[in-house]
Amino acid sequence: MPETNVHFDTANLRTLTPGDLDALEIGAGILGCGGGGNPYQGKLLTLEAMKAGYQMTLLATDDIAPEARCMSVGGIGAPVVGTERIREGREGLRCLRAMEEYTGQPIDAVVCEEIGGANSMNPLVTAGLAGLPVLDCDGMGRAFPEMQMTTFSIYGHSSTPSVMCDLHGNVVVFQHAVSEVFHERMARACVVAQGGGAMLATAPMAASYVQRYAIPKSYTQALELGEAVIAARRNQDDPIEAVCKSQGGRRLFTGKITDLKRHLRGGFAVGEVSLGGFGANQGEAAEIAIQNEFLIFRREGRVEVTVPDLIVVLDVDTGYPITTEVLRYGQRVAVLALPAPALLRTPQALEVVGPQAFGYPEIVFDPLPAATVGAA
Amino acid sequence: MYRVGIDVGGTNTDAVVLEGKRVLAGVKASTTEDVTSGVLEALEKVIAASGIARDEIAAIMIGTTHFTNAVIERRHMDEVAAIRLGLPSGAGLPPMVDWPEDLRQIVGNHGYQVKGGFEFDGRILSPLDEDEILRIAGEIRAKGLNAAAVTCVFSGVNDAMEVRVKEMLEGECPGLRVVMSKDIGRHGLLARESAAIMNASLLSLADRTVAAFGEALKRAKIAAPFYITQNDGTLMAADVVRDYPVLTFASGPTNSMRGAAFLTGLKEAIVVDVGGTTSDVGALSMGFPRQASTTVDIGGVRTNFRMPDVFSIGLGGGSLVVETGDAVTIGPKSVGYRVSREALVFGGDVLTATDIAVASGRAEIGDRAGVAGLAPDLVARAVARMTEMFEDCVERSRVSSAPVPVIAVGGGSVLMPDRIGELEVIRPENFGVANAVGAAIAQISGETDRVFSLIDGRTRESALAEAEAEAREKAIAAGALADTLEVIEREDMPLAYLPGNATRIHVKVVGEMGTPNA
Repeated sequence: MPETNVHFDTANLRTLTPGDLDALEIGAGILGCGGGGNPYQGKLLTLEAMKAGYQMTLLATDDIAPEARCMSVGGIGAPVVGTERIREGREGLRCLRAMEEYTGQPIDAVVCEEIGGANSMNPLVTAGLAGLPVLDCDGMGRAFPEMQMTTFSIYGHSSTPSVMCDLHGNVVVFQHAVSEVFHERMARACVVAQGGGAMLATAPMAASYVQRYAIPKSYTQALELGEAVIAARRNQDDPIEAVCKSQGGRRLFTGKITDLKRHLRGGFAVGEVSLGGFGANQGEAAEIAIQNEFLIFRREGRVEVTVPDLIVVLDVDTGYPITTEVLRYGQRVAVLALPAPALLRTPQALEVVGPQAFGYPEIVFDPLPAATVGAA
Repeated sequence: MYRVGIDVGGTNTDAVVLEGKRVLAGVKASTTEDVTSGVLEALEKVIAASGIARDEIAAIMIGTTHFTNAVIERRHMDEVAAIRLGLPSGAGLPPMVDWPEDLRQIVGNHGYQVKGGFEFDGRILSPLDEDEILRIAGEIRAKGLNAAAVTCVFSGVNDAMEVRVKEMLEGECPGLRVVMSKDIGRHGLLARESAAIMNASLLSLADRTVAAFGEALKRAKIAAPFYITQNDGTLMAADVVRDYPVLTFASGPTNSMRGAAFLTGLKEAIVVDVGGTTSDVGALSMGFPRQASTTVDIGGVRTNFRMPDVFSIGLGGGSLVVETGDAVTIGPKSVGYRVSREALVFGGDVLTATDIAVASGRAEIGDRAGVAGLAPDLVARAVARMTEMFEDCVERSRVSSAPVPVIAVGGGSVLMPDRIGELEVIRPENFGVANAVGAAIAQISGETDRVFSLIDGRTRESALAEAEAEAREKAIAAGALADTLEVIEREDMPLAYLPGNATRIHVKVVGEMGTPNA
């Protein structure tokens, strides 16, 4: 890392520790809302890079010059493939170098596309290997299944030209896509050819755009959530309460999984999980609709919380997040809701990430009450 | 003909004799360092107690925690060449990357990454680098290693490269034992690789242990074949354990739950196994323990074995009962197996959970006079606290609101009340040796867990049928009777985020063991 940088003051960088990664793993899992893949392997990769002497640093979005060039990067593909065919480790760095070469301009900072799940770790490895900081923000504030669901895309940034690198060394540039949905469709087809997993970097953005349209402080939020769970476990406090307190969440339901239906629709795992309440919810029933992530929470058949607000399922005893892939009949879970960031609640955003966008035209997004929004 | 079940635990070696569905006798002996003499003592005792003739024993089934304990205690493990086929995939995460440092050193930290592997749909990821395998073989000879573990990316889809490398290494390194990951674990590279490496490091201990069991049988003049139980409650022939010791991990709780199912005839129930220090609680579903869904940590290493979803609380017969102000605390501290000397009812001076059970009239053990001086109020509060602890853990294990019975087994089960909330508590005869019974009744299984590509006319249904056929074939090869096989687990999970057509299928079948050759 150079001592001086024309775009930011190196004194403002926060260097992450191995302990931070443990907290981030949990926090990013919580923000994944059941999707986004497991951050565990990404954490291991980041740890190995740390051991090899690379520094992983965070920088607040306000601390970078508005003209700095920022590139967002994230993994694309099936998490189940990724647990067997592990990434090579330098795919993100190759994306970054290819993007610099294609655009003829250097990248100054890396941006996270999706803080929820595995994609929280990918920018750290990419930026660390390149000697760049990661901005403390992201494009979703949670996990979503498709690329056009970032606030970057929603508020008008065109994600092409983009670069897609796989572990084999293939480099694919999408010079131009006529729409974000087209880009998603082409990238999805490409990732199958590449073996089910790749890294994708989208067109660089000016820091001024990121400052305006990224979800702010996502890494800080994920770290705080993870730290809250770790501290609660250490002090034998209720981790569910700790999570709610940390980020203004609301405990919706405590129950056991009484039924689980899953099927495939257009490449996405779609399903429904039914819960039977215990404790404070004894005698109540609830369901959550799944489309890779937890989308709709219903109590006794009545819709109570919907996407884009965050529906989070945690192991009731440990506070660890449960992804949709490891849901099982009989699991004891707590369901929480965290309010979506304001940038996901605008009419413009709701067209892309509201209930209709996921095939629920009859459901109107009713935001979680403002009283619970935002931590103190 | 009779079946003999033996449970070799850390402290006790229990044995039972079964005739059909009847338990003829159950005994306890102490586990010994050499294994052989403890097993021999238990065998002699149970033969004497049941009065059966030695040549009427059809088979002996042994459950053991020996291999799990070796990893936990870091004992008896060999160095292993850990070879992964898959570069450039996984280059940043070498073998054993998430192991505790001490364990990695114990197995020698000989990690190798080589070009090879398959994609999820069976395409080749990289051609196998055979020159590199030959070079590694040279290093194995130079280092004098006796065991290797080979793990290939997507070996569940295609095992050709693992098979090829095993063949090459055995040719190049005479006497080298080579473990293939496809035989050990399921989908999920790091966890399967870790299991294969642990398995390779335990091969020589497995040889010695199986030999020790064989020696005990020989000294007892028993000619029947013997089997060892694996983590899913099914059997492996003793010689198979020489190759797959890790498959015995966590067989203890499985055996006690299966034993409880057998002793009561119940298929849906909650089982509470109360020992000296802890109680293990789990749910039976279709007569088998419900499996845990999370990764299982063995000695600090993440593995993806299927393990019973068992919850432990610090409440057993030897748990200390302490009064502090208004509150009564029970456990987790315990006098453990010393309860038979240190508890008040046995003339000792420690107030234990067993003393409370006697004082309250729940149990008649030892000398009641030892607890005559206890304040009735203290006894009442301690009983209430124990009941609350049992209710709590039973409640956690229930999978539905249906009122299933609770089966109490284990030496400390006298602590259990007659009802837990609305649920009836059942105490089977021979409750103290339920895990040896579980071993005696173990069945044979076959399992498939891999990704199927839905191409060339293969549908989800035909892939499920294919997976079941594979699992049945494996079970029959392991000694199961074909017409007794039934599917006990069937799951398919489409690969998310891919518009293609691939699905991960898990199928397990179990069946009765074929009549062993006399």
